[in-house]
Amino acid sequence: MANRQVGLCLLCHSGPFPDERFQGDLAPDLRNAARLIEGEIRQRIVDPTKANPQSIMPAYYKSEGLARVAPVYRGKTVLTAEQIEDIVAYLLTLK
Amino acid sequence: MSLRTALLFAASLLCAGAGAGEIPPSERRSGYDLMSRETRAIQDDDATNPGMLWVLDGEALWNRKAGAVGRACAACHGDARTSMKGVAARYPAFDAALRRPVNLEERIKLCRSERQKAPPLAFESRDLLALTAYVARQSRGLPIAIVIDERTLPFLDAGREAFHRRQGQLNLACSQCHDDNWGRRLAGSLIPQAHPTGYPLYRLEWQGLGSLERRLRNCLIGIRAEPYAFGAPEFVDLELYLMWRANGMKIETPAVRP
Ligand code: HEC
Ligand code: HEC
Repeated sequence: MANRQVGLCLLCHSGPFPDERFQGDLAPDLRNAARLIEGEIRQRIVDPTKANPQSIMPAYYKSEGLARVAPVYRGKTVLTAEQIEDIVAYLLTLK
Repeated sequence: MSLRTALLFAASLLCAGAGAGEIPPSERRSGYDLMSRETRAIQDDDATNPGMLWVLDGEALWNRKAGAVGRACAACHGDARTSMKGVAARYPAFDAALRRPVNLEERIKLCRSERQKAPPLAFESRDLLALTAYVARQSRGLPIAIVIDERTLPFLDAGREAFHRRQGQLNLACSQCHDDNWGRRLAGSLIPQAHPTGYPLYRLEWQGLGSLERRLRNCLIGIRAEPYAFGAPEFVDLELYLMWRANGMKIETPAVRP
């Protein structure tokens, strides 16, 4: 379940997914997140600019203050709170 | 050059040099340089380059009478191999009547409707792509040569601003991928520097020829931003900035990309 949502993350990140041929290298390997505590991981996904104001990583739970969002996505967050919780739970299993 | 133009020009050069992530001229690379040897070989040989089919169609259209006036492009412009040489290298160019820069597709559309009095060609139609590819082919190997003056400077600045603006639901700017992270992998794709050296070009993924605006729409849709309409002034500003940013790089039309 979490794997499908992690799919978006693999644009930039890599992780322990032997079946995923196409993983990005714009960002640290997701296994690196194992050194973070749950709250830090959640915050990195909800709003990465809290940890790094310059971050290129999208905020996955933000729908305001964005420019020229395509109509179908307007007012919506990239992931739902539930999806984010799935991913957090999944990343914690990598510890 | 008036003093005002000179100052504006100097200011534009300064802004250009000051950007944190902008690519120094000696490190500029065409998308061609980042492709596999196999894909480069397809582009290099006219006999295997699928874009040449559009160029040949374009040559036929160039010589065919069209519209109420019953004249071909060739009737006004003669042999494209001489008259169109270098033209694509300086587009988008300022149009005095519209008082804004127009790109090569728009210029061809304007000739078609105003000089030939022929039905308009649609953006991305086979005929418009063919004519554009044929005209741009005459500049292959020539350096991009965009000259900015007082009239075009505001449009260049608007394009530069758009390139550096975070946008879309994924909140990314063109510059964050193409200036700051070129050469890295976005999932399966190698991020190029976004130099518009080969358009219109044949993309293996499209199985067809497409314009620079089609490529830019793909990037905008990728970051979940609202794409501009074909021919929208905002698009042309961005194209002007990209071409200016690639000044001196060689035209490759019809290029091939993955
Ligand atoms: C556009 C690129 C991009 C995307 C897409 C992306 N990230 Fe990131 N992510 C980064 C970068 C770059 C960093 C490094 C820290 C920084 O600059 O914010 C990072 C850092 C992180 C960290 C902290 C890692 C560490 O070792 O400190 C976590 C956790 C994380 N990302 C999870 C995710 C998840 C989960 C997703 C998808 C839901 C995702 N990222 C999507 C670019 C991205
Ligand atoms: C999240 C990363 C990302 C963002 C943001 C992005 N692009 Fe791209 N762009 C790419 C990738 C990846 C490719 C190459 C696609 C391929 O080869 O499959 C590309 C290709 C291009 C090319 C084609 C280069 C060539 O060699 O033909 C141009 C031009 C371009 N982008 C311009 C832009 C502009 C302008 C913007 C902003 C409106 C933008 N891009 C935003 C990732 C991005």
